[in-house]
Amino acid sequence: MISNNRLSSQQYEQNFADIHPPFETQDAAMVEANRCLFCYDAPCMKSCPTSIDVPKFIKQITTENIKGSAHTIFSSNIMGAGCSKVCPVEKLCEGACVYNLMDEDPIPIAKLQRYATEKAMSNNWQLFQRKASIGKRVAIVGAGPAGLSCAHVLSRQGIDVTIYEKESKGGGLMTYGIAAYKVTPQFCEDEVNYITAIGGIDIKYNQALGKDITLQQLQQDYDAVYLAFGVGLARQLEIPGEDLKGVEDAISFIYELRTNNYASLAVGDKVAVIGMGMTAIDAATQAKRLGAKEVTMVYRRTQEEMPCTEHELHIAQLDGCNIIWLAAPKEIKGVDGKVTQLVCETMQLGEPDASGRRSPVPTGETIVLDVDMVIKAAGQMPFDALVNSNGIENKNGKVTINNAATNIVGVFAGGDCVNGGKEVVDAVQAGKDGAAAISKYLGISN
Amino acid sequence: MADISANFLGIKSPNPFWLASAPPTDKKINVLRAYEAGWGGVVWKTLGSQVKNVSSRYSAVDYGGHRVMGFNNIELISDRPLDINLKEITEVVKLFPDRAMIVSLMADNNRAAWHKLIQQCEDAGAMGFELNFGCPHGMTERGMGAAVGQDPQIAKMVVEWVMEKATIPVITKLTPNVHSVVPTGRAAVEGGTNALSLINTIQSVTGINLDTLVPNPYVAGKSVFGGYCGPAVKPIALKMLTTIAQDELTSKVPISGIGGVSTWKDAVEFMLLGSTTVQVCTAAMKHGFRIVEDMCEGLNNWMDEKGYKTINDFIGKSVEKITHWEDLDINYHHIAHINQDKCIHCGLCYIACEDTSHQSINLAYGKPYNTYSIKEEECVGCNLCQLVCPVDGCITMEEHRVAPEYINWKQWQAEGRALNDH
Ligand SMILES: Cc1cc2nc3c(=O)[nH]c(=O)nc-3n(C[C@H](O)[C@H](O)[C@H](O)COP(=O)(O)OP(=O)(O)OC[C@H]3O[C@@H](n4cnc5c(N)ncnc54)[C@H](O)[C@@H]3O)c2cc1C
Ligand SMILES: Cc1cc2nc3c(=O)[nH]c(=O)nc-3n(C[C@H](O)[C@H](O)[C@H](O)COP(=O)(O)O)c2cc1C
Ligand code: SF4
Ligand code: SF4
Ligand code: SF4
Repeated sequence: MISNNRLSSQQYEQNFADIHPPFETQDAAMVEANRCLFCYDAPCMKSCPTSIDVPKFIKQITTENIKGSAHTIFSSNIMGAGCSKVCPVEKLCEGACVYNLMDEDPIPIAKLQRYATEKAMSNNWQLFQRKASIGKRVAIVGAGPAGLSCAHVLSRQGIDVTIYEKESKGGGLMTYGIAAYKVTPQFCEDEVNYITAIGGIDIKYNQALGKDITLQQLQQDYDAVYLAFGVGLARQLEIPGEDLKGVEDAISFIYELRTNNYASLAVGDKVAVIGMGMTAIDAATQAKRLGAKEVTMVYRRTQEEMPCTEHELHIAQLDGCNIIWLAAPKEIKGVDGKVTQLVCETMQLGEPDASGRRSPVPTGETIVLDVDMVIKAAGQMPFDALVNSNGIENKNGKVTINNAATNIVGVFAGGDCVNGGKEVVDAVQAGKDGAAAISKYLGISN
Repeated sequence: MADISANFLGIKSPNPFWLASAPPTDKKINVLRAYEAGWGGVVWKTLGSQVKNVSSRYSAVDYGGHRVMGFNNIELISDRPLDINLKEITEVVKLFPDRAMIVSLMADNNRAAWHKLIQQCEDAGAMGFELNFGCPHGMTERGMGAAVGQDPQIAKMVVEWVMEKATIPVITKLTPNVHSVVPTGRAAVEGGTNALSLINTIQSVTGINLDTLVPNPYVAGKSVFGGYCGPAVKPIALKMLTTIAQDELTSKVPISGIGGVSTWKDAVEFMLLGSTTVQVCTAAMKHGFRIVEDMCEGLNNWMDEKGYKTINDFIGKSVEKITHWEDLDINYHHIAHINQDKCIHCGLCYIACEDTSHQSINLAYGKPYNTYSIKEEECVGCNLCQLVCPVDGCITMEEHRVAPEYINWKQWQAEGRALNDH
């Protein structure tokens, strides 16, 4: 049965509490900060998409120069606070920390990054000053990580930025997509405010490109345009039964979760989640945390090929989600228009495909899961209609760029709308790259 | 099982680990606890004229997240009444007759005062004396402590007064607040002291509070120089010890080594440079008396491993290994070698050598891991990279003699051989 209000408010609170709690005390942060070796040309820094100078900011924690530490972080990554909570660090900085090579726990870089940036945000340390306005104006579409990062760099240089955002809040998927136990709505709002506090950034909410505004208009009104609208639509499975009641896509499921209170959210008793990416993990764990009795993840390949990290898999496993490997959804069955069963075909691994992963081949056998809810996390699709209708060169809807520039002069792009969906930290770097390209285009030497 | 007992001028102790004259040896309750924990002996907190202490009294230097790497204090000698101290000494000696009971003394600067104090302490059961010529603060203003230790003539005179009266062994404790400890050491030996001990604390300022701008330790908005001790002073203590162990005159008397001893290894180093016993203060103040357990076990295991049956088998063995610079072998050369299997690619060796030594390490860029290797022809064998490498045994220094024969600086110069090879 699909129903809401499954748990007490206390249970909800506990289930959605911060999954990576911060350091409780300065001493605790110091112990870890002091373990850092202060590597030269540090592997952790090279493995951060925004190239935060990790040894430097950690050293600054040890010298109690927390302001300097936060400045070091924010100069490379203005979403350093959010990133410290959402980055899949095991495959980024922490995964490269030299301690791994000694079979020792890596330095908790993200936790230290959170320590410094949280201090900066809670004390409202404004660590950057924008240059006086130079009379140039740039429009940005999308107030997600890519848009905000681009805006901040541009504003620092004295450029006046207007962001057009289709939702009523900023932060992009940070606010609407990322798991609730990683960031809270309040934090996302605070982060957007902290970033825009530099001034020179005007966010116009509830303004969608293609609906309320046109690219043409933006091109006319501004000296340059930066597209950072991300990816949106959930990919369909293209199997029978997708329109039954109880079938949802993970993105909207999580969107609801991030925008409503937990008790109002309905979830099934027996939930199947299709996919094994980060979104699938987030959907499965959050369904469980909303009170679903049984959550089963089905994936058509094996653990070897899964797109999520081991760490994420462990979160799902620790939450008690079942996992069925080598099972591809074939059909969703229902009674009275409501989901009752998920039929999967069992697979075996064949030859490596284009991505180098061994591709699954059907065995011809099927398994049947009794379920009352199916959450599909088969990936997201770029906004190809929007892109095509504006004559923007693209590949399957993903905007094609050359040094952040699209095929249209004065129009730049970056983030998920270009890469098809990576991490927040990649979008932040894309925003920096976009700002650099725009400055150059506008003839601003920096 | 090796025999780790010590015999210091006939004063026996089951191990060579004594507690230095300081708060850990200030009262019966402390000393009993120390003996129960296994300490071989104590030097009772310095007795002398009545004093009054201030608050606060201690401060420390922390380093890299480690507390109390160095420690300083502005305390004076015992501030308890003499008769209580004497009574407690008697009680403790009765309970633990097998442990060394040395009493530290600092009488007023006249013969009669010293004689009276010596008599009282001998009557109380002291087995030996340590003359405190070292306290760097508080007492000097009264013509005592380091004021005596810094002037060889006065030191000699006081030692002579003491030797006239004392019937038990006398150790003279030297202050490090001099450019060389040897002159006072010699003066004490000439005055008749039976033994020497060193070092006392070093005058210091450990730091300043950056909010109040008052240095540490804080006393009502002011501070004074404090006596520095703990792990930070060990290298200085070892150097001073060596000069005493190498001097013709001072090397004739036994030495009790002090200054930064925290582990059995530290103790062995002091003994290798000539100490018969070692004294500990800061390490005990930081961790309590229980540290002596590992000191005994570690010493024992090391001696067994090396085949030393008694501590006399190795005391002083490293003294002759410290020589003069001009006697070093110029043809000796070694070159760093990086074990690539152990390397964790932290780059610390590279940046140290590149920025501050001889640009002898090669960097091959990698993402995320660079590869580092030694440019053997450039390496001068300074050890810097090995010292900074966080992985034990990853960088080794391998011997590549320039030529087989020994040649020192004087010979080199006499032969008019080339200089400035780098
Ligand atoms: C379920 C889920 C979980 C995730 N978890 C993580 C995680 O734990 N860690 C991590 O690092 N990354 C995670 N990601 C990825 C990450 O959120 C994105 O990579 C990142 O947000 C991309 O930033 P962006 O600015 O390019 O796009 P977005 O964040 O998508 O921002 C785009 C913005 O543009 C707005 N917009 C869209 N269309 C229009 C339009 N037509 N007109 C005006 N505005 C428009 C959107 O409302 C949005 O605000 C997750 C993604 C999903 C879907
Ligand atoms: C708080 C304190 C008080 C001390 N008081 C005396 C003293 O009364 N007499 C003395 O000879 N040395 C005194 N010392 C010096 C110690 O005996 C010892 O020489 C010195 O601390 C070096 O040893 P360490 O590095 O093990 O601490 C004192 C040291 C400390 C820390
Ligand atoms: S790799 Fe690890 S130890 Fe080295 S600088 Fe980065 S966090 Fe510190
Ligand atoms: S021993 Fe000195 S000179 Fe040689 S590589 Fe190491 S740091 Fe450089
Ligand atoms: S310091 Fe040691 S571990 Fe680090 S790169 Fe050099 S050799 Fe490797």
